[in-house]
Formats: sequence, structure tokens, C-alpha cells
Amino acid sequence: MSRLRITGARLLDPASGRDELGSLDVEDGRIVALGREPAGVPDEVFEANGLWLAPGFVDLHTHLREPGQEYKEDIETGTRSAAAGGYTLVCCMANTDPVNDSPAVTEYIQRRARESGNVRVRVIAAATQGLRGEIMSEMAGLAAAGAVAFSDDGSVIMDAAVMRRVLEYARGIGRPVIAHCEDLNLRGAGVVHEGSHATCCGLPGSPGEAETVMVARDLELARLTGAHLHVAHVSAARSVELIREAKTAGVRVTAEVTPHHLFLTDEEIRGYDTNKKMAPPLRTARDREALRQGLADGTLDCIATDHAPHAHYEKDVEFVAAPFGVVGLETSLSIGLELVREDVLSPLALIDRMSTRPARVFGVGGGTLEPGAPADLVLVDPERSYKVEVSGLESRSKNSAFLGRELSGRALRTWVGGRIAFALDEEGSR
Amino acid sequence: MSNPETPAGSQTAAERGPERELAKGRVVLDAAGIQRATTRIAHEILESQPDVSELVVVAIVRGGEPVAKLVTARLEQLSTRTIPLGALDITLYRDDVVARGVRPMPRPTRMPFSVDGKRVVLVDDVMFTGRTIRAAMDAVLDFGRPASIQVATLVDRGHRELPIKVDFVGKNIPTARAEQVVLRKRADGELEVVVV
Amino acid sequence: MRHLLGIEEMSRDEIERVLETSEAMLEISQREIKRVPTLRGRTVINVFLESSTRTRVSFEIAAKRLSADAINVTRSGSSLSKAETLADMARNLAAMSADVLVVRDSVAGVPHMLAERVRVPVVNAGDGCHEHPTQALLDAFTLRQSLGSLEGRVVAIVGDISHSRVARSDIHCFTKLGAEVRVAAPPTMMPAGIEGMGVKPCYSMAEALPGADVIVMLRIQQERLAGALFPSVREYAGTFGLNARTLALAKPEAIVLHPGPINRGVEIASDIADAEPSRILDQVTNGVAVRMAVLYLLTGGGR
Repeated sequence: MSRLRITGARLLDPASGRDELGSLDVEDGRIVALGREPAGVPDEVFEANGLWLAPGFVDLHTHLREPGQEYKEDIETGTRSAAAGGYTLVCCMANTDPVNDSPAVTEYIQRRARESGNVRVRVIAAATQGLRGEIMSEMAGLAAAGAVAFSDDGSVIMDAAVMRRVLEYARGIGRPVIAHCEDLNLRGAGVVHEGSHATCCGLPGSPGEAETVMVARDLELARLTGAHLHVAHVSAARSVELIREAKTAGVRVTAEVTPHHLFLTDEEIRGYDTNKKMAPPLRTARDREALRQGLADGTLDCIATDHAPHAHYEKDVEFVAAPFGVVGLETSLSIGLELVREDVLSPLALIDRMSTRPARVFGVGGGTLEPGAPADLVLVDPERSYKVEVSGLESRSKNSAFLGRELSGRALRTWVGGRIAFALDEEGSR
Repeated sequence: MSNPETPAGSQTAAERGPERELAKGRVVLDAAGIQRATTRIAHEILESQPDVSELVVVAIVRGGEPVAKLVTARLEQLSTRTIPLGALDITLYRDDVVARGVRPMPRPTRMPFSVDGKRVVLVDDVMFTGRTIRAAMDAVLDFGRPASIQVATLVDRGHRELPIKVDFVGKNIPTARAEQVVLRKRADGELEVVVV
Repeated sequence: MRHLLGIEEMSRDEIERVLETSEAMLEISQREIKRVPTLRGRTVINVFLESSTRTRVSFEIAAKRLSADAINVTRSGSSLSKAETLADMARNLAAMSADVLVVRDSVAGVPHMLAERVRVPVVNAGDGCHEHPTQALLDAFTLRQSLGSLEGRVVAIVGDISHSRVARSDIHCFTKLGAEVRVAAPPTMMPAGIEGMGVKPCYSMAEALPGADVIVMLRIQQERLAGALFPSVREYAGTFGLNARTLALAKPEAIVLHPGPINRGVEIASDIADAEPSRILDQVTNGVAVRMAVLYLLTGGGR
């Protein structure tokens, strides 16, 4: 048994409120001790030089594209991307090919993750068969196979009656339902946020209400059914208000927000860069402010990347024709650190929103630094700056909304169960 | 200035303003000299063909315009007839490669008469390589079928690159190739020709 | 000016330059031999992925009057129907040593896409609902003929503003030239945040036309009318159509523009389309001159 001590680190553990300089010992894949001066003699010492040591990040919303769309990404490249971003656990969505609406596909994904995954993978299975929004999926079988949640993300359950039954049934199974809240009729042909930038660019827009009417609907249904509703990628100010009210009223709702919605606005669509096209779209500065406020006060529980890889040639088309989505696992931390720099979140709160809380929301484990917990750790250099470039991204697809941008702060080491899943040294080589 | 060697646009020296040019250049033809020269050109035109019934004068925009006005006025005095005067812009007929990204502004062309069967006298201020006149001939021939085309110029500075001849010249001024010959208007409104 | 993708990116000086150059080009179109050798040996490729006869013919005539070779690529005959991507098609065209690409598409952003990927000048001949810059330039040129400067003039643009690229280009162009621009449409056809473009949105003719020196009537697409954005042709014509009664709301000497093709009896009454205030046919004549000016100015750089 070799004991590794990571020493001289700023230990950040939101679960216990710990934010102090100290050391952390890892043995046999678990945290065995931590604190200012933990007892025990290490075999190996890693000098952290004041860098942050936190529980590895947990992403509740990733598209790994395997099975069926491996040309965009697969479990190996996607989890490699996750590790490079400081993530130790990702939950993958069901809009694969075939759709993950059967235990066989769930088991396939989990087996492939055991074989080739660089970080832990948890499976989100489809809420309805084929993501068609008509007949609910075999939730009991899927949960037994390992699914941690259900979602039709990639599609929308437009029929309220179907959504109601899905929520009710899922409540019985004891799993949350993740809702992609978007009224497809209100969205219409909209590809960007309906507003002055869309107007000037001549692009069809989708108003914030396309999201908020569905958030309102699903909150009502969550109240009716007592199920756990998790609202995916919140983008509109009004959605934050609705979720806040619902939480106050005792509805079992949690919510997530993406890094790009926390940082960018619809001004980005000028120039028709398809790497700024995603659903829901980037909205106004006012919406961004409300999202930041919501993340700070806990209305929005966590940051989730909605990492959505697409091949270059798929995005290299007319703006209206390009698929929606951007990758985000590798830049998420940098964006989170921007929020710390702008005093929206404290460092401890950032780790909470990226690790502790998401782990708790889905009950997937992790997110804490405590003796006995798996050694899923991330070493963060908050000052390390870099330029986001195609050549620097681990993910197979390079459709990042931040290409060409200088960002600050990245993971230098990621440990999963005590094993190094990602390492970046001083000169930048892996 | 219709000299195709002029860089960047067709802004004439007169447009650039007399102040900047005053310091440089030696005057080779002053206002009185220009009067004498244009008078002599008019005489020569009449001598070579006294019948002016089919005569039209076409000024090359822009440098040829003041010269053509003087020549035409003198022709009308001497012949006691009205002589049609047109202005031809040859910007769109130029054969020289334009500097990257900069297109000279084409000016309006005014040819309010037919050239069919006419004796056309093209008038320019400075004859140099001959390319301007070649372009002007192409343009005139696009307007119709003149009986003949002749060329009058206030100054001939030599260095021909094409087989173009001048029929009526005001003054021959030998120059070095790198020099510029400019017809300009002084602050007091008088015309003069300088070598820069 | 490397490309002409939209009026939004043009400075007032650049706009004036095009208008001034258009004067000389108009004169050429009035000669017996309507041709100058300026673009001899150059190739203009009209990539018209959205069908259009008028604009395409106008660009073709413009190219030919400058002695350029004009080639037309349309959607049905093009490789795009065989699922070649737009980006690849553009690269292929440029590789064939085209000197200028004139591009029209039914979706926004296509000329920008091409301009980023090819090394030749690109002219936007209309991209979806975004811009139609040569239309705005010929509109401004036409207004100059009647009004001289646009400084301080009031222009009312009436029609389906939300789907109109002509409206957007006109707004940019006229505001840059100093005019006050109003847009008029029923609320269902007024785009969000239009005030951000520096115009006043109006919801009736009575609100938009008083004091107007210029009225620009936009074509209403029948498909949009059929119940979706507006109940019927009859109701639209009655509330936003230009007829003798509504024309009288504007200044007595007001002039009327329309990008064409006109829907007689829908957005514009038949008699008004042919009456004295209408400059619709001048727009067409001027269109060739303006497009000649654009082709001339963009091909300035050497090969």
C-alpha cells in the first residue's frame, strides 16, 4: 500500500466548510487523512505549492455520443476531455444511436466506460421510448441496470399528460427526471435568442418564454406528482424566478446552468459563428445576471456543461442549418473561476456548485474530501492562463464557444480513485 | 490630371490644393504662355481643315478640360461658329494595373452629340506615354464611327510607349521619366504648367 | 472595401463612394454601346441559391456592361442538391479563378461564410432576412436623384419588417446618410428590438406617414399572410396598403419606392405604382448602375 501525500495545498471541501492550507493523504484509492498536519507517514509526496485541492468535479449533463456517433466523440475521448477539465464523474445523456431506452444500451455504455473511461461515468436513460415523448421507457429495468436519472434531453416531452406520468412513475422508481424545457411551437424556426441581435442578423429568434412556459408547466407537474424534477441548462431570468418560488413552496426541484450561459450573451451571434449556436440559446446580459445570481443563492444548484460535441464539417454550414451544441468539459473550470474573480462565488462556493452539490442532487457519490471517500480529486491552478485552441482540446470534436479566447485557471492534476487521470506539467505538455 | 502615371485616384494637383505644390516645381508654361499655346493650337486646327462644320472637340477629363475650353473658345472666335465641346472620362478604359484595393473614381462623361462622320479632336493637357489617348480612342470608337480623330495637347513631354502621335502641340518639353508634369491652378486662379 | 456583405459594416464614406461611382456607371447605361472594357477578362459568378430572376439579371447585365464574363450557378443545377456542402462549393468556385462571387441564399450569414473561406471578393445579393446591400444602395441613389441629400429627411418603411432584408439594409443605409427612419407594420411583423437599429416602430400608416419625404413599400409574401401573421390580404391592404388616401398622409411631394416585384392591390394600389411619386422603374435602371459600381470597386485589387 503506497501512501501519497499531497501537501501545501489549499484544501477546499464545501461539505465540511473546510478552506485551509494543508495536506491530504491517499492510499488504496481512498482519502485516508487530511488537514493542516495529518498524522501518518507518506511514501510519496506531491508538493502542491498553494494550489487548490478539491473534490473532483461532477458533470450532470454530458453527451458522450457512444454508441452510434463515435465520429463526434466516444467514451474514451469524452472522459479524457472530462479529466482534462478536472471532472472525475460525468453523467451521459441518452440521445445516442440507438437511444438509451433499454437496459442493454445502459449496460453497454457502462461496460465501455469500465473498459475505456478515464473518469467515472453514470448513465442517464431516456424518459420515453425512442425519445419520442409518447410512451414512457422501462424505468425500473433501466434503474436496475444502473441509470441514475431519466431525461429526453435532445428532444422535448411536449405532451403535458406524458410528462405527468413520466414524473409520477419516476417518483416511484426513486430517480429524478431531467427536463429540457423548451416549447417547440414557440421556438418555431428560432435558432438564437429573439432580440435586437437576432433582428439585426436576420436570424429567426426564440423568445425566453419558449423556455419559461415549459419550466412553469413542469414545476406545476412536479408539485402535482411530488417527483424530483431537475431543470436542465436554465437560460432565462424568468426561469430562475419560477424555480426560486417553487423551491420556497417546497417543490422538489433542482436546476443546472451551463458555463457558456453564465459567461456569454446573444451578442456573440454577430458574425454567424456556429460555435455560438446551442439550445437554449445565449440570451441577454440581464438573463446572464439572473443566472449568476441564481447560482450564487443556490436557486440553481450546479454548473453542468451540456458538453455536446459535433464534427467540424457538421458545424461548417449555414448558421440556421448547423446542429445546436458546444463542447464544454475542458473550459468549465476557467469560466467558474471568472465568477470567483467577479465575486459572484467564493472559491468554496464554486467547488460546491461544480462538485459537492451535483453529486448530492443525483446521489452519485463523490463531491467531498473526507476520510474514507474515494480519492476523486482535482488540483486547480486558478492563475494558469491559456488560449483555447483546437490543438489544445482533448475532446474529439472542437466546437467550443471559447475558441481563440484567453482563459485563466485550469486543472493541473485529476485523480480518480487515487489514479492520475490527467496531468499537465509546467510547460503545458501532458 | 489624366496622366495614367498619377498614383492613387484621379485627384488633380488643383484638387490637392495649391499650397502643397507651390514649394516644388519649376514653371515651364505660365498663364500667358498657355494663352499663346492654345491660340496657336486653334490656328493649326483651322489651317489643317478650314471647314469646321463637322468638327467636335472632346476634352479628356479632367486635365484636358481647361485646355479644351480655351481652344474651343478660340476656335469659335476665329471661325464665328459654335463648336460642340464634350468631356470624356477614360477611367474605365485604362489599361494600367491599379494599386491594390484602390480604384480611381470615374467621373461623368458628357458627349451630347453623335460622333458619326465627325472630325474629332481629342484635347489633353500633357501627352506622355500615349496610353491615355489610346484609351480615349477606344472610348470614342464606342460612341460611333468618326470620320477622323486627331490629338491636341498643351504639353508633349516625350517618353512614348505606344505609337501615338500628337497632331497639335502647344509646347514640347523634354523631361526625365521620373519627373511629373502638372497643369495646375494657382491661388490667384491663373493656370500654369510645372515640372516636379 | 474587400467584400460587400452588408450596409451595417460600411462607413458613410464608403457608401458615398459607391453612389458617386454609380453616376458614371449610369451614364454608360445611357449610351448606344453600353459597354466599357474595365473588367475584361474577369469572371463574375452569380451563386443564386435562392431563386431570383430580377436581381440575378441585374447583376449579369452589370457584369457584362463592364465586359466581364458572367456565369450563373443556381440551386437546382448545382452540386448542393447532391449534398455537397456550401463551404466546399465555394472553395471549388474560387479554385476556378472566379474574380467575384455574387451570392444570394434564403438563409442569413451565407455570404459571410463564403467570404471567410475564399480569397475573392464576395457580394451579398440577399441573404435570408439579413441584408440586401445593393438594393439599399440603389434606393439611396434613386432618392438622391430626387432629393439630393438625405440629411434630415424622413423615410417610412412599410411592410413585413421582421422578414425583410431590404428593410434592414435600408435602415442602415438611410440612417448612416442622416435620415430619420420609421418602420411600420402590424405587431406580428415587427421584429424584437428593432429600436436598437435606430428607428421608430409604428403600428399604423397614420402614425408612420405624416411628414414623410419617402415611403418605401415592401412586398408582402402571400404565404405569410394566410392566417399566420395577418388574417387576410384584404385586411392587410386596408390597413397597411399604400393608396391615394394613405399617400395623402405623407408630404405632398413624397416619393415612393418599392424593391419589387410589386403586388398590385396588396401593399400598393395599382394606380399609385404607376403614378408620378413612384420611382420604381428608376430603381431598376439605377440597380444596374449601382451593381456596376460595386463590381468595379471590389475588383480593384490586382489578381
